[in-house]
Amino acid sequence: MAMLLVTLLLNAAAIYTIVTIPPLSTVAPSAGGRNGKQATSEEEEEDEAQRKRSHKKKAKVQDSEEEDEEEEDEAQRKRAHKKKAKVQDSEEEDEEEEKSVKRKGPKAAGRNKKAVKQVSEEESEEEERGKKRKGRKSTSKNQKEGQNKEKKSDAKGKSDAKGKGVKDKGNEKDKKKKNAKYSSSSSSGESGDEDSLSEGEIAAQKEEVEEKKKLIATLRNKPWRMKRRLKLLKECQAFVEKFEGALGKGKGRKLYAYKVIMAKVMMGLPYGSIPRKTVPRAQQAKAMDYSVLLDFGGYCKYSVLFYGYYNDERTIGLLQFRLPLSYLLVGVGIFGYSLMVVIRTMARNSDEGGDGGDDGQFTFTFKMFTSWDYLIGNPETADNKYASITTSFKESIVDEQENQKDENIHLRRFLRVLANLFILCSLGGSGFLIYFVVKRSQDFAKLDQNTLSWYEKNEVEVVMSLLGLVCPPLFETIAELEEYHPRIALKWQLGRIFALFLGNLYTFLFALFDDVNEKLEQEKYIKNATIWGLKEYYANYSTFHNTTDIPPPDIPPADVIRGPCWETDVGIEFVKLTVSDIQVTYLTILIGDFVRAVIVRFLNYCWCWDLEAGFPSYGEFDISGNVLGLIFNQGMIWMGAFYAPGLVGLNVLRLLSSMYYQCWAVMSCNVPHERVFKASKSNNFYMGLLLLVLFLSLLPVVYTIMTLPPSSDCGPFSGRAQMYDVVMETIEKDLPAFIGNIFTYATNPGLIIPAVLLMVLAIYYLNATSKNYQNANLELKRKMQMARDEEKNRRNNKESTNQVMHDLVGLLPNRSLIPPPAEEAPPPDNMSEKGSKFPKVAKRPGAADNVKGVNLQKDVSLAAPNSRGAVTRPPGPRGPPGNARGPPPGPGRGRGRGAPRPKC
Amino acid sequence: SLKSLIILFDIESGYYPVCTSDILQVQLSFPPPRLFDRYRDLAPQLVPLDYTDQPDVRLPYELIGSMPELKDNPFRQRIAEVFSEDGEGNMTLDDFLDMFSVLSEMAPRDLKAYYAFKIYDFNNDDFLCKSDLEKTLNKLTRNELTEDEVRMVCEKVIDEADLDNDGRLSLEDFQHMIVRAPDFLSTFHIRI
Repeated sequence: MAMLLVTLLLNAAAIYTIVTIPPLSTVAPSAGGRNGKQATSEEEEEDEAQRKRSHKKKAKVQDSEEEDEEEEDEAQRKRAHKKKAKVQDSEEEDEEEEKSVKRKGPKAAGRNKKAVKQVSEEESEEEERGKKRKGRKSTSKNQKEGQNKEKKSDAKGKSDAKGKGVKDKGNEKDKKKKNAKYSSSSSSGESGDEDSLSEGEIAAQKEEVEEKKKLIATLRNKPWRMKRRLKLLKECQAFVEKFEGALGKGKGRKLYAYKVIMAKVMMGLPYGSIPRKTVPRAQQAKAMDYSVLLDFGGYCKYSVLFYGYYNDERTIGLLQFRLPLSYLLVGVGIFGYSLMVVIRTMARNSDEGGDGGDDGQFTFTFKMFTSWDYLIGNPETADNKYASITTSFKESIVDEQENQKDENIHLRRFLRVLANLFILCSLGGSGFLIYFVVKRSQDFAKLDQNTLSWYEKNEVEVVMSLLGLVCPPLFETIAELEEYHPRIALKWQLGRIFALFLGNLYTFLFALFDDVNEKLEQEKYIKNATIWGLKEYYANYSTFHNTTDIPPPDIPPADVIRGPCWETDVGIEFVKLTVSDIQVTYLTILIGDFVRAVIVRFLNYCWCWDLEAGFPSYGEFDISGNVLGLIFNQGMIWMGAFYAPGLVGLNVLRLLSSMYYQCWAVMSCNVPHERVFKASKSNNFYMGLLLLVLFLSLLPVVYTIMTLPPSSDCGPFSGRAQMYDVVMETIEKDLPAFIGNIFTYATNPGLIIPAVLLMVLAIYYLNATSKNYQNANLELKRKMQMARDEEKNRRNNKESTNQVMHDLVGLLPNRSLIPPPAEEAPPPDNMSEKGSKFPKVAKRPGAADNVKGVNLQKDVSLAAPNSRGAVTRPPGPRGPPGNARGPPPGPGRGRGRGAPRPKC
Repeated sequence: SLKSLIILFDIESGYYPVCTSDILQVQLSFPPPRLFDRYRDLAPQLVPLDYTDQPDVRLPYELIGSMPELKDNPFRQRIAEVFSEDGEGNMTLDDFLDMFSVLSEMAPRDLKAYYAFKIYDFNNDDFLCKSDLEKTLNKLTRNELTEDEVRMVCEKVIDEADLDNDGRLSLEDFQHMIVRAPDFLSTFHIRI
């Protein structure tokens, strides 16, 4: 949801930037435009840069154009991987030049080279920095290209050098490297300058900066007096610093403009321009105090963080950014978007968990034979896998044990009712406590802030956090009375904690509403007084100056009388709640986990009993509790974000930091939770909770938007009777008339009611169809099962009869009897028992259709190798011969529970 | 040897032969040179570079089991034993190739299932009986389950997968179960 807000604002800002950047950009660089060189196209500029570089490269300039050509040639060669004699010649020329330079003044040349290198490095660094700031994808690509080129050329240089004399080797390499650097930097320069707006000025500026840098680098060699040198150095440094920082090769400036415009669009006028954006005179003395800021008073209260700061001006700037409208639309849109996301996720989850048809059959078997991942090749992963496999086995075992349990149902029922009673009591108690505390805090708020202690100021937050800390373990203790299956118990537990949180939040909200109503009354009074005052002023002015042209009263914004901005107050309450939640969470982790772990770990050396295994032990990491905390936190953000837009940013920070913090805590000082159950297999349980929270946090916000009148002197909706009037206003003023008409029709109850009816019918229909499909699904599954059973029975019968027959045949004197056909054998009565098992199914997909004859044949053919394989096993105990047509052949035939084969 | 193995296995298990393209795929999926390099890297002093005259070289299990692909696998010893000709885990190059082709992504399910069965069959009696299951379970959980729990799990496994009620799992039972396992193919493979 933060994304939505940010993207909307960003979009608006981007459009604004595009429109307004030309005037800005022409203003800024005019200082550097001294040269007046207007290189309009990229190529020209690049050419120029290259020329300059080559100037620098050679101490003695021969012919710059020729060298340019050379460089280009080289670049081409690099790309094409062709070795041309001509180019080599030119290279050799180049070399010779270099040598001559060396001969002339080896020292100077070397130094020069160094300087050049430095400059070029700096250049590329700068450019990279600029690009990074821009955060384009092309950056990495370009860099890679550059690197590649460098590598290539490096390699080439080596190979070339091999061909040439050993003496020239180093020289050659050096040069190549330099060239590579140039190529890379020039390529990045290309991309960097591609979309900057005023090429010429930037180029000129760049040139100047470069010149100064060059001057700095070569200042030592200049035959000047020290004084002059120092002066020049200082000048140059100041210049470079100023423009390098501000420019960032054009990108920094753009970003800066972007920032300015963002700020302008988001907040309209800056701080201190109008009363709602100014701290009142009476509070100004303390507005910057730490304690005040900590309570989100003072400058915080009149900042962008809160509702009250935003102006009600209909449109801002050139693009007519409609701040009030977008405020409302974003506020409501967040809910719509979140709803969509949550529901989509739920749908996807239920899709994935859809085909669990066969799962129940082989729970343990699958776990045993397919849970180890053979890909694991890392001891840590392996450890985790061992742990997770053990956990899952334990889970299944407990599941199984619970299934087998049967107990005194009456006692159980009584205990469950009792437990629920206890929990209801504690829920009610906590609700009452919070209501009481909030009421009290309102009384406190009317008193002088200085006389209050810290506890009295933060009572609500402290009590809520304490309840959140104490109640869940209490519930867990009570839940032990119920003796539910652990998975169900966990769900109950989560549901109860959830109810506790929500109950507390809602009590808090109701108390807050009382407060809001009070404030509304107060505001009405102040508003009337202000209007009356203004009237008086006008009357006095006109009688005193005897004129009808009355200027508005000239009162500094800090002194204007204003009402209590209830929206901001609500926002502050939510921000405070969130902050205290953060504090409590972090402190709990620090004390409850970290300190405890340290004590347990180190005091264990000198303690009477085993601390690690015994009483305090290490803290457990409660996944479900943490997830619930996240959900609850999200609910608070949903509720508070409308009145405190800054809350979103705050929460993003909190989530980011808590991710790392909790990760550290879990890794270093927690042990896995003793409860082996992972709340639920599907994530939809949590998503369902999230949906519920979303709905419940949507209610109060929408309620306030629809019913309560906004404050008259703060926030984007001031001066309107209702917040949603902004939409009406826009429709009336900005859209063509027919859309207004359509809207009036659409809002007519006569249309809305049928629409709702239609939706209800659609839901009913879809529900009915889905149920039908479900039934059909079940039916098909049952049919499949039956088919399998049938096949299995047939196979088993045959096998058993075959064995029995075999014995019979062995008994008979005449051995040449043909074995009887399979159908002849009557099904033994263990068949019904075995019915629940799957028979062996032929693998071939084509064999799915059970044509009887074909199937039979296949069975026979399949059975052949099996019977051969069966020879290897020793014959099991069998019934007496002659019993072939009777019931089960032997004791070992029952349900496979008989005595195990001796072979094992 | 791989081809013969597959065919043998087909006859034994009574299934239709895997199509030849599968066999080809199995063979092609691992270009021998790379695998050979891995094999040779285990003991460069033992393995000659030239294999034209079929030298009889076996790498001991200690070397095979210390490969990064295997060293964290609880069943590494069994894997080596199953794939080695001598049953002791000492592998020739052919055994080595066989092992990684069966464990490759391309190997057909039936082949994998057959070898999985062999791996879990600790006492080589062609059946997974209770002692095999117990060993498997203890290896999987590093002996963290109590004896009762182990017994119960083994009973449950046999209860679930034993189709012919002989108190142990035959290859058929195993295959029947494993074709229904959603994760078998994705877990029973090693990328090298």
